[in-house]
Amino acid sequence: MSGATQGLVTFSAVDADAALAAALARSRTEILAEITAAKLKGRGGAGFPTGVKWNLAGAASSDEKYVICNADEGEPGTFKDRVILTDVPDLVFAGMTICGVAIGARKGIVYLRGEYIYMRPKLEAVLERRRRHALLGEQIHGKEVAFDIEIRMGSGAYVCGEETALIESLEGHRGEPRNRPPFPVDTGYFGRPTVVNNVETFACAAAIMAKGAEWFAAIGTEKSTGPKLFSVSGDCARPGVYEFPMGITVAELLQAVGGERAKAVQIGGASGRCVPAAEFARTICFEDVSTGGSVIVFGPERDMLHVARNFMEFFVEESCGQCAPCREGNAKLLEGIVMLEEGRCSARYLAELGTLGEVMQCASKCGLGQSSPNAFLSIVQHFRDEIMGRTARRPSGSEKE
Amino acid sequence: MLVTEQQRLKEEIGAWVQKHGASQASLVPVLQEIQAKYHQISEYAMQEVADHMGIHPVEVYSVVTFYSFLNPEPQGRFVVRLCRTISCDMAGKDRVARQLENDLGITFGETTPDGKFTLEWANCVGMCDQGPALLVNDEVYPHVTPDRVAEIIEQCRKVFGPLAVHHSHANGRKAARS
Repeated sequence: MSGATQGLVTFSAVDADAALAAALARSRTEILAEITAAKLKGRGGAGFPTGVKWNLAGAASSDEKYVICNADEGEPGTFKDRVILTDVPDLVFAGMTICGVAIGARKGIVYLRGEYIYMRPKLEAVLERRRRHALLGEQIHGKEVAFDIEIRMGSGAYVCGEETALIESLEGHRGEPRNRPPFPVDTGYFGRPTVVNNVETFACAAAIMAKGAEWFAAIGTEKSTGPKLFSVSGDCARPGVYEFPMGITVAELLQAVGGERAKAVQIGGASGRCVPAAEFARTICFEDVSTGGSVIVFGPERDMLHVARNFMEFFVEESCGQCAPCREGNAKLLEGIVMLEEGRCSARYLAELGTLGEVMQCASKCGLGQSSPNAFLSIVQHFRDEIMGRTARRPSGSEKE
Repeated sequence: MLVTEQQRLKEEIGAWVQKHGASQASLVPVLQEIQAKYHQISEYAMQEVADHMGIHPVEVYSVVTFYSFLNPEPQGRFVVRLCRTISCDMAGKDRVARQLENDLGITFGETTPDGKFTLEWANCVGMCDQGPALLVNDEVYPHVTPDRVAEIIEQCRKVFGPLAVHHSHANGRKAARS
């Protein structure tokens, strides 16, 4: 089902029960210190230090706190969370439970994207088994520790992967992002302190509990520690989920997946950046090219303008429409792409679109709008010769034609 | 809508609200139940849900129209969603799209006159390594080729409507998967 070629090497080898037992043998402060020492950063893409997040939520005073697992994996080119939840769901649930113990929360929620509803019955069965084995419930491992997990389904909205939009959706509203601050660690689900982490982040947290912060921090680079899962698709011989240490170069990754002929690679999905062949020596980590794990390979024959159009159509559709820079800006950039396709965009106007993109990056309310021009801007930057001065309209494969 | 149908829907919504809770946090789960059973969230249903939760019907409408899996308009018994995002696009989604239109006799965004099928685009369904991929209701179909489209559609026809053969829904659909 998962189709993973290289698969989850590290996660498959971690015993989820041992991870939870190791956490329960420690105090809250010790768990938080361990996560902080591992220098774990959020795996969803933003790369916020997990230790800081958990410490803030732990320090917040409230009788009710929440742990939310963001399984609204909607970034184009990303499917590692699907594989994690299929292959090692216990590790994720253990990670959430560990977080609950560490911050003093009794309730966890998995926000699973609507497109993954076929995974729900199996996940519910895993939760039920964990309850039977006292790994969830009122007395975990027979101790005075209570934590339970509920699965809630998304309904097909990419923006709900943004943590405050996700919380809005859980509260029964439109998935429109909130202003931050206040951050969810302080004012989250129903105004209570809430930790929202990616699926892979919780799995990492459990692995750290089982194998120690030192082991984790020794993998990767100074600022980007630990193993990272990559979802690889596009023009390569062996697409699938791969595990690499942070800090691998684009060229090394391409070699591993059989994509050496690539002329460009989109790293970080539609909201990420397009890296041309000339820059394949760059490293994938938080210090250089940052990613939540999406790698889309473009072969030599690909039309990069078509790629840009596909991404912009995605954002025009998925913008929640709340703030003007994102709502209007994305539509304007798509219009510009159509002009380029029809060969009637002046260099001057293209420069203006570039400025518009920069305005969107700094003026949009949430991460969606702030990152939506990235693909367009990087493609315009690196492939000007390819996209300008077109003489015939190319087929775009869109229903909007 | 017949009065008896209205009465039935009303009772079912009452049961779903009881199952999920009457607070607004249960709004989306209740709407998902209505959508799954009725393939639509009618104005009457929205009003009914609003009454139960003590919120304005417009608030329910605003939520229904925000999410692409919730619909105020009637949808087909089978909603076919073809992923159009870049990896599935590069893997050949255009030809699958054309064949879907041919075999269903409708274009994207439409529902067949018999109410069986709705054809829609989906944004990234998370099967990028196994594209082109599509969803039929809750089931995912990876590696779809133009040739396999008819097979998938026929499996749906067999489990619903006058041509239905008598075996379980799930079995019929599984057979179409590889």
